Amino acid sequence: MTETFEPIIIGFTCNWCSYRAADMAGIARMKYAPNVRLIRLMCSGRLDPTFIFKAFANGADGVLVTGCHPGDCHYIEQNYKALRRFHLMKRVLVQMGLEPQRVKLLWTSAAEGAIFTAEINRFVEEVRALGPLNWNAAAIPVVETTPMEVTV
Amino acid sequence: MQRITIDPITRLEGHGKIEIFLNEQGNVANTYFQIPELRGFERFCVGRPVEEMPLLTNRICGVCPEAHHMAAAKATDAVYHVDPPRTGKMLRELLYSAFYATDHTTHFYALAGPDFVMGPDAPVAERNILGVIHKVGLEIGGQVIQMRKYGHTVVEMIGGRKVHPCTSIPGGLTKGITEEQRTEIVTMGKWAIEFAQFSLKLFADVVLGNKAYVDLILGDVYTHKTYYMGMVDANNKINFYDGKVRVVDPDGKEFCKYEPKDYVQHIAEHVEPWTYLKFPYLKNVGWKGFTDGKDSGVYCATPLSRLNAADGMATPRAQEEYDKFYKTLGGKPVHQRLATHWARLIELLYAAERWVELATDPEITSDKYHTIPTEKPTEGVGIVEAPRGTLTHHYWTDERGVVTKANLIVGTTNNYAPISMSINKAASSLIKGGNVNEGLLNMVEMAFRAYDPCFGCATHSLPGQMPLEITIHNKDGEVMDVLKQFVD
Amino acid sequence: MSKPKFAMYWAASCGGCEIAVLNIHEKILDVDANFEVVFWPVAMDAKYKDVEAMEDGSILLTLFNGGIRNDENEHIAKLMRRKSQILVAFGSCANEGCIPGLANFSPSSEIMTTAFNTITTDNPQGILPQTTYAMPEGEIHIPTILPRLKTLAQVVDVDYYMPGCPPESHQIAAVIDLVIQVLQGKAELPPKGAVIGAGNSTVCDECDRKRNVKTVAEFGRIQLIHADPELCLLEQGIPCNGMATRSGCDARCPSAGAQCIGCYGPAEGVLDYGARLIAAYGSVIGSNDPAEIDRILDGLVDPAGQFYRFNLAGSLLKGSVMAKANGK
Repeated sequence: MTETFEPIIIGFTCNWCSYRAADMAGIARMKYAPNVRLIRLMCSGRLDPTFIFKAFANGADGVLVTGCHPGDCHYIEQNYKALRRFHLMKRVLVQMGLEPQRVKLLWTSAAEGAIFTAEINRFVEEVRALGPLNWNAAAIPVVETTPMEVTV
Repeated sequence: MQRITIDPITRLEGHGKIEIFLNEQGNVANTYFQIPELRGFERFCVGRPVEEMPLLTNRICGVCPEAHHMAAAKATDAVYHVDPPRTGKMLRELLYSAFYATDHTTHFYALAGPDFVMGPDAPVAERNILGVIHKVGLEIGGQVIQMRKYGHTVVEMIGGRKVHPCTSIPGGLTKGITEEQRTEIVTMGKWAIEFAQFSLKLFADVVLGNKAYVDLILGDVYTHKTYYMGMVDANNKINFYDGKVRVVDPDGKEFCKYEPKDYVQHIAEHVEPWTYLKFPYLKNVGWKGFTDGKDSGVYCATPLSRLNAADGMATPRAQEEYDKFYKTLGGKPVHQRLATHWARLIELLYAAERWVELATDPEITSDKYHTIPTEKPTEGVGIVEAPRGTLTHHYWTDERGVVTKANLIVGTTNNYAPISMSINKAASSLIKGGNVNEGLLNMVEMAFRAYDPCFGCATHSLPGQMPLEITIHNKDGEVMDVLKQFVD
Repeated sequence: MSKPKFAMYWAASCGGCEIAVLNIHEKILDVDANFEVVFWPVAMDAKYKDVEAMEDGSILLTLFNGGIRNDENEHIAKLMRRKSQILVAFGSCANEGCIPGLANFSPSSEIMTTAFNTITTDNPQGILPQTTYAMPEGEIHIPTILPRLKTLAQVVDVDYYMPGCPPESHQIAAVIDLVIQVLQGKAELPPKGAVIGAGNSTVCDECDRKRNVKTVAEFGRIQLIHADPELCLLEQGIPCNGMATRSGCDARCPSAGAQCIGCYGPAEGVLDYGARLIAAYGSVIGSNDPAEIDRILDGLVDPAGQFYRFNLAGSLLKGSVMAKANGK
């Protein structure tokens, strides 16, 4: 019997809307795939592309970014910043060989637990169909550092 | 079979090693000059905006980035079908002339000079720039440093930086020069002319005035009769920045003269599986192996080649020296590779004269140094003479000007076959009966060094000792002898 | 008492770092006065065997430039680490991979297949160089190209980092002065791991151009405009990398009318250079409408290349998906 590939997905969720949507899904016992590890940011605008690159470098097969609907951002406009960064970052990642379906940007409100659940489950299946990513960046072993010994 | 390995080759830019195999009589059976590195510029420039090519290709060589910068600049002009304004072209050529003067100075004084000023058999401790200074005076070192300083000052004024210039774009430059800068450039250029003349006089006194050196230069050990390549202007005089590429045969007759865009019809590159570098040859003669002569497609691209391929120099003082050169050496073409050192100094003088010529042109300070391209980018070739040989950049782009393909034939690469042949001939002539000594080491190096394979170190302070070790193994791999110079 | 030993080695490099050192002009005399140069292939004839014969730790200071492109580069990096007390990653190649690191966008095999199949290459049998080849006289060898170009710190323990392509000569002179002062007991070495010979801010800080609040409506190409020499290049739509690049170069390129291409590496505190630029550029795009954002971004024709131009090998992702660490 073959092993089913279980993708590892990292989800960056904003505190005010989408994290609460995840909470709501949990409270209402809506099941969503355990493949997604959620990391809470105060705002999607806090998203530094570094986080996503680190996720892929360390073995993630897909990355999800969620935030408030445009116009609903708790900090007024920062989800637009996330939108612009996401668009540019996706172009860079695709240029570097990533299938565009492995990164997803999702706007949800705090009340949309059902939508949140459905979208996550759909994303997991899309990434599962693509197979493991194995960017393999971390395959270069880390060099051990030792103190200098200098005799002048 | 006995094997001698020299690894790495030193006192040049880049990496290389030489394998020398001796037969049972202890004579040279064969030599292999291998290039162990390949970085992949032709691959990773694909996908880059073409206006970045003058910046990216700088990093092919940090000793002569100016050459790549200019070849790339001209190639991008061609890609965009745009002709820079006269001031833009003059500024580029002015930067280039100052760079040439600096670069040829570096090579002659720190690399080649010691072999001649001190002599190829001089004690190793003296056979370097320090020995040269002690013999001809402390002032020389200071002058060499000043020449380098002046040259790089001009490069920075026009090119933005001393190493890896940044101002050439398709259609011209991003900046011009002020009247104040122009005045300073002229002053430095006039000094450079005097320095070049002094260098030629030094060569005449110390080298040509010494019969032993003249015999060495004229001797057979370092002589090869090949085709010669160089860029010439409309009057068939040498021009480093622009013109057509002219090739003469071993008898000095013009074999072909082509526009940059037609180079593919004339040049091909031969492949050997034991090295990462290819061997360019003349397509219309064909690759016949590592041999001399009219039937062999091997050609040479060096200062000597340029003098052979041209009808003269475009500036008066350099022309005088050109005439003296051929008169002394018995007419054109000259095949003795060691004469390249002399040819290099004649080019140094031309570069300095051209430097002043351009800097005193009234349009050099104009603010019309860039023409905005209006046509769609497609494909283009840019060729300049790098100090070490003809340099060809060829790019293809999509309609956005993003590189889709690139082909580069780099200066020293032209000479890969001739250098291999020179090493082979020198080693074969000098190593007999298994006798390997320090004289061999330097004389094999001299065969190599005449081509100025990309680098020299232009300062006072080379250490007097040149550690070098050669290990000789018999065919069972046992160490038979170890020759050392200044290895503890 | 003999002078402390000094070495400078180039791996997959261009020689520009060596020239930058020589461009300290008369100051090279101070190097000569205070050190014994024992290995510097560009300048003198010590060979690998001579270095192998030296005692471990007998070289006080080694400046190592060039990236780790093949197994010989890696072998010499480890050799120089053993023989040196202080090992400096000198220049962009050793620090972050630099321009040759762009090869990490593709599988390494394509380096050879491209070079040996160009329009002028006469190679009907598709010969590629072999690392070991039997000639009639014996076997000869050339190094193996590694699957990815690596930085020096990815193969050995590095003591100091000196960025720049090349490091500017006035910075090199300052570092030499410091080292000589240390030798004379007049100064302390900086803590291990420090970035030396560079500033703590960004190129923008050193740039004289006027800056306003940025909203970029269009990205352009430098050849297609006559740029205003007094105004920030990014505001004119020219893709400049100054905002994430370490200072120390006096913003030479923007002063000369060209965009900063990022040769001094990441500014202080930047973990991934390209990611930082994506964040910065994302912030200044002048629209919130997805379709318009895409239209504006279409003006950046090579975002990955622009944002990782010097830094690809040293970045978090180290290369594209296609350029696997195991070469498969």
